[in-house]
Amino acid sequence: MNALNIQKGMSSHSAYDLKDPNGQIEESHTLAIMVENEPGVLARVIGLFSGRGYNIDSLTVAEVDHQGHRSRITVVTRGTPAVIEQIKAQLGRIVVVHEVHDLTVEGPVVERELGLFKVKGQGEKRVEALRIAEIFRANVVDSTLESFVFELVGPVSKLDAFAELMRPLGLIDLARTGLAALSRGV
Amino acid sequence: MSRMMTGARMVVEALRDQGVDTVFGYPGGAVLPIYDEIFQQNDITHILVRHEQGAVHMAEGYARATGKPGVVLVTSGPGATNAVTGLTDALLDSIPLIVLSGQVPTFMIGTDGFQEADTVGITRPCTKHNWLVKDTGKLAETIHKAFHVATSGRPGPVLVDIPKDVQFASDLYVGPKQVDNGPYQPVKKGNLDAITRLVEMIEQAERPILYTGGGVINSGPGASQLLRELAEATGFPVTSTLMGLGAYPASGKNWLGMLGMHGLYEANLAMHGCDLMINIGARFDDRITGRIADFSPNSVKAHIDIDPSSINKVVQVELPIVGDVGHVLEDLLKVWKSRGRKLNSAGLKNWWGQIDEWRAKKCLAYRGSDTIIKPQHALQRLEALTKGRDRYITTEVGQHQMWAAQYLGFEEPNRWMTSGGLGTMGYGLPASVGVQAAHPEALVINVAGDASWLMNMQEMGTAVQFRLPVKQFILNNERLGMVRQWQQLLHGERYSQSWSDSLPDFVKLAEAFGCKGAQVSDPKDLDDAIQQMMDYDGPFILDVLVEKHENCFPMIPSGKPHNEMLLGEAETLGVIESEGAVLV
Repeated sequence: MNALNIQKGMSSHSAYDLKDPNGQIEESHTLAIMVENEPGVLARVIGLFSGRGYNIDSLTVAEVDHQGHRSRITVVTRGTPAVIEQIKAQLGRIVVVHEVHDLTVEGPVVERELGLFKVKGQGEKRVEALRIAEIFRANVVDSTLESFVFELVGPVSKLDAFAELMRPLGLIDLARTGLAALSRGV
Repeated sequence: MSRMMTGARMVVEALRDQGVDTVFGYPGGAVLPIYDEIFQQNDITHILVRHEQGAVHMAEGYARATGKPGVVLVTSGPGATNAVTGLTDALLDSIPLIVLSGQVPTFMIGTDGFQEADTVGITRPCTKHNWLVKDTGKLAETIHKAFHVATSGRPGPVLVDIPKDVQFASDLYVGPKQVDNGPYQPVKKGNLDAITRLVEMIEQAERPILYTGGGVINSGPGASQLLRELAEATGFPVTSTLMGLGAYPASGKNWLGMLGMHGLYEANLAMHGCDLMINIGARFDDRITGRIADFSPNSVKAHIDIDPSSINKVVQVELPIVGDVGHVLEDLLKVWKSRGRKLNSAGLKNWWGQIDEWRAKKCLAYRGSDTIIKPQHALQRLEALTKGRDRYITTEVGQHQMWAAQYLGFEEPNRWMTSGGLGTMGYGLPASVGVQAAHPEALVINVAGDASWLMNMQEMGTAVQFRLPVKQFILNNERLGMVRQWQQLLHGERYSQSWSDSLPDFVKLAEAFGCKGAQVSDPKDLDDAIQQMMDYDGPFILDVLVEKHENCFPMIPSGKPHNEMLLGEAETLGVIESEGAVLV
């Protein structure tokens, strides 16, 4: 059979498939899942992840086409290349899933998350918090004499960094939306 | 033409429009309006079961014996939860089913009402898809869609949950042709480039094997015909999973027998030693592969499957072809013929020489007896005495199931109904009832073990009520045979809870159900007993007392590769290592 020059793991789908499917290194992938917005659809998707033992690092969902009743679910997941392929194939099997896009391999991507950060403090710490918020271009969306709520939009790492800096300055609560992602260009 | 009618009538109307002739079900509060409609019509036969699990297995038997979807009707709460095992069984074996369940009225959902259960929530992971219909106007459309989903692509069970007020309310009925089935349209045709590459491999392969599975059966009789044509034309050896028996005839010259854990020596060794493995509608189940790392180490593997998620799930393949088996085989044969029907004849000749050596091992040989009935012998006699009859076999789960797969020959598809993926004890009796409902004149035999058979024995009542002359062929060893075998091989012969004490008298049980039974224990009386069972005009229980400690061989011990299979008792001591013992 060697005359045919068939190599293990070779197939014709995409450049991604040229990777070693037996690779054991876990990768993080952002998947965009277009679904019919019907009752239970989110349960189907997350039930698949829990039922088959896959990871969810981040999950966002909202209806993006009100007339067509389409929702977009953005999932950040981790796994070996074989597991990631299997996750996509299993998602594709769900009857109400229309499309599954692996944004991580489909090209450059814009990834954004929104976070709300409540910081309690007075005096110097309060001024410092405000100064850092300015550097990060965070907005103040609520203010009392002893607290701020900052709103910050950006990549996950930016929100992580902001939270890290705010912690010693009196961060007492935070809420994050999870990742929304879109491919760049057309 | 649309018409106004109640939701309950829509159900019956939709079933009729879908060509349904038989429904298996059990009434209850939340489906009373539908049962009222069933009472007022004659097109659809309703088979009243004794337990909802039985209804689902009957529908599975019906579906597998006909190629049509099976239909089940159950009530809310316990009716629906009792259906769960059958749904899971059908999901793992890719059997098309439509289960209709009643539900408490919409305004009571979420109040923990009487016989309320979150049926769509409970059945979400064990159906291909399910729906809760809250609006009568959507009911007919949903039922038609349910048939589409259950039967297209990789088939599977679906469930439609219908609240009682939706059954009472009226709206416009829509027929199947008016329904847009939406974006769920699985591909049927395989990629021609990939098929051409497979043909190139076929032309050069020295040691090929066709590894076929339930996908061939599910693709329809045409696919089995094409498989036979491919095997005959190329001379390639054929093996099959438990699910695919009958797609290629057992009497065919290329037949190697079943493969896998209790598969034939020649089939497993050919899988291990091949250079081209063509998987046709099988899914590299762990019963087949043994230890993955050593699974057929030197072969190029092609995989034809309608479900993209089956590809590279367990075993990485070089050539995936996503498509319906029938369509892909048709194209494959066309391309191969158009390129001049080339083969590596010299290689194939050597390969068959090697296979014949393996065959000479006679791996199904066993030690016979004049005094006690060996289970293998019982099946060989059953095979001999039913030869030439259009015979349908169902089984329960365990040793008897594997022996049936080894010692009975299947010449046609849709003649073999067994719980493969889920391994559901209690499957065979109701499945045999479902098969008989589909083929009232055929010879339908459930090859059973005593323990499995008891799990759904209440369905003998159904067989008697509907005059379905199913034959229950019980290989009675008063043990949970397969459990006992594993305890012997794996757990130091500590036979924990694997002995069936206080078994019923099966002959009296038959009489109690209003049918007939007999017991046989002497090998000399076996043929007469089998003949009596077949000649009896009605359901029959034959209690065959067999050797109690017989083990099922050949066997690939868990955690071992194909080429380390065991052929008999002498080889069994201490063969399963601790890491293998973790596997089931």
